[in-house]
Amino acid sequence: MKRKKVVMDAEGIERSLTRIAHEILERNRGTDNLIIIGVRKGGVSLAERLREKMSAIEGAEVMLGMLDITLYRDDVLSTERRPEIEKTYIPFPLDHKRVVLVDDVLFTGRTIRAAMDALMDFGRPAVIQLAVLIDRGHRELPIRADFIGETLPSSLWENISVNLTDTRSADEVVIEEG
Amino acid sequence: MGTQAGTSPARLKVENTMGLSRKDMLGIRDLSREEIDLILDTAESFKEISNRTIKKVPTLRGKTVITLFFEASTRTRASFEIAAKRLSADTINISASTSSVVKGETLIDTARTLEAMNPDIIVIRHSAAGSAHILAGLLKQSIINAGDGAHEHPTQALLDMLTIREKKGSIEGLKIAIVGDIAHSRVARSNIYGLIKMGAAVVICGPAMMIPRGIERMGVTVCHTMKDALRDADVVMMLRMQFERQEKNLFPSLREYAQNFSLNRDSIKSAKDDVIVMHPGPINRGVEITSEIADGPSSVILEQVTNGVAVRMALLYLLSGGAK
Repeated sequence: MKRKKVVMDAEGIERSLTRIAHEILERNRGTDNLIIIGVRKGGVSLAERLREKMSAIEGAEVMLGMLDITLYRDDVLSTERRPEIEKTYIPFPLDHKRVVLVDDVLFTGRTIRAAMDALMDFGRPAVIQLAVLIDRGHRELPIRADFIGETLPSSLWENISVNLTDTRSADEVVIEEG
Repeated sequence: MGTQAGTSPARLKVENTMGLSRKDMLGIRDLSREEIDLILDTAESFKEISNRTIKKVPTLRGKTVITLFFEASTRTRASFEIAAKRLSADTINISASTSSVVKGETLIDTARTLEAMNPDIIVIRHSAAGSAHILAGLLKQSIINAGDGAHEHPTQALLDMLTIREKKGSIEGLKIAIVGDIAHSRVARSNIYGLIKMGAAVVICGPAMMIPRGIERMGVTVCHTMKDALRDADVVMMLRMQFERQEKNLFPSLREYAQNFSLNRDSIKSAKDDVIVMHPGPINRGVEITSEIADGPSSVILEQVTNGVAVRMALLYLLSGGAK
């Protein structure tokens, strides 16, 4: 795969996340009953960063969970090898909670469909919202995001990857030709 | 934050390139160390499902799992059934009494009949060693061996290894003592294969009549006293005295057996302070283990049962779907 171009750098990602954090707090009127849940694998570190920002802004703890949606995928049995299952960590009931799902790239919408089905097995949330860093279009299901870092129209044969690093200085979003 | 599955480079490589590419689960002997790690890692992720409000995922919707038991079983059969149901598979349980079965021929007839009903996975327990292998060669369905005579009981060994790994962090380098009727025990055989592969030092112990000749070739050390076997042990695995498998009494009396080979407050003293005590169940209280130890702080016997469901879920998942 050949690298094509960087569409978002570390500062851009940081600014987007700061704005999304404020938007989530505004829409939900603070952190009461708010739970941030990262979708494995790409959404987990974004969810952690959003949680960190929201806690700093509000001076209150925000609950954080992570969700592996593999077992809810509509294609889980269609490949030759079973996909790897990672741990789901939602150690609190979701009844009456305001859940913000976080993923890196919103594409066909199938992952989010699976994630919503999974969340319903943990209780009955008051509301589920969706935050993504990149919305690349090509939806195959009637799903949209509530909070979007950047909308990037892409062609189907392109690959968009969000590369986050521990130090954060080399974070980037790149579009690669497939 | 929850513990994340460790990602050593070796394991990542396996997950990306190998997976579990086999149709059947017949024994631990055929498994590689990487496959065992993959099964245990998957099982670890599955454990959480059993703690949810809704203890069910839709993964195996529309799949049919048949449990075919020619021998008595409570926990293994229930464990497989619960595992299948938590993955949304349909389950059908068939019991066949061994007394009415002519070995081989009837098993094959039964298998052919079941195959015609088009299940996806067949779990079999049978008193004849190799029975699961026969079905695996005959049928296109995935076969899981739930115990074949005194040969293998792979899911028991996997749940034991998961329990040890959880409690001790790793199996590598541990000293593990297996005590009891080794000769008649498929649990011991499967565990010996698995634990040695995973890098443990395995010591076996029991009355001389219950130690198969030449077992050292499997890589174990043989001890004839509890004191020697348990010295500095990290794990003690007690076996159930299997009265039903013994053709004649192999020892003069239960009392004498218990005196020499029971795990009790005295014999456990040679083991390490943080030893864990395991037993595949059902327990003969007062024979191979005292109630004090079985119900005591070192015992992980009930955690083994919990882990059994997770390991069986992992196997049903890993053996399902895809191109066979």
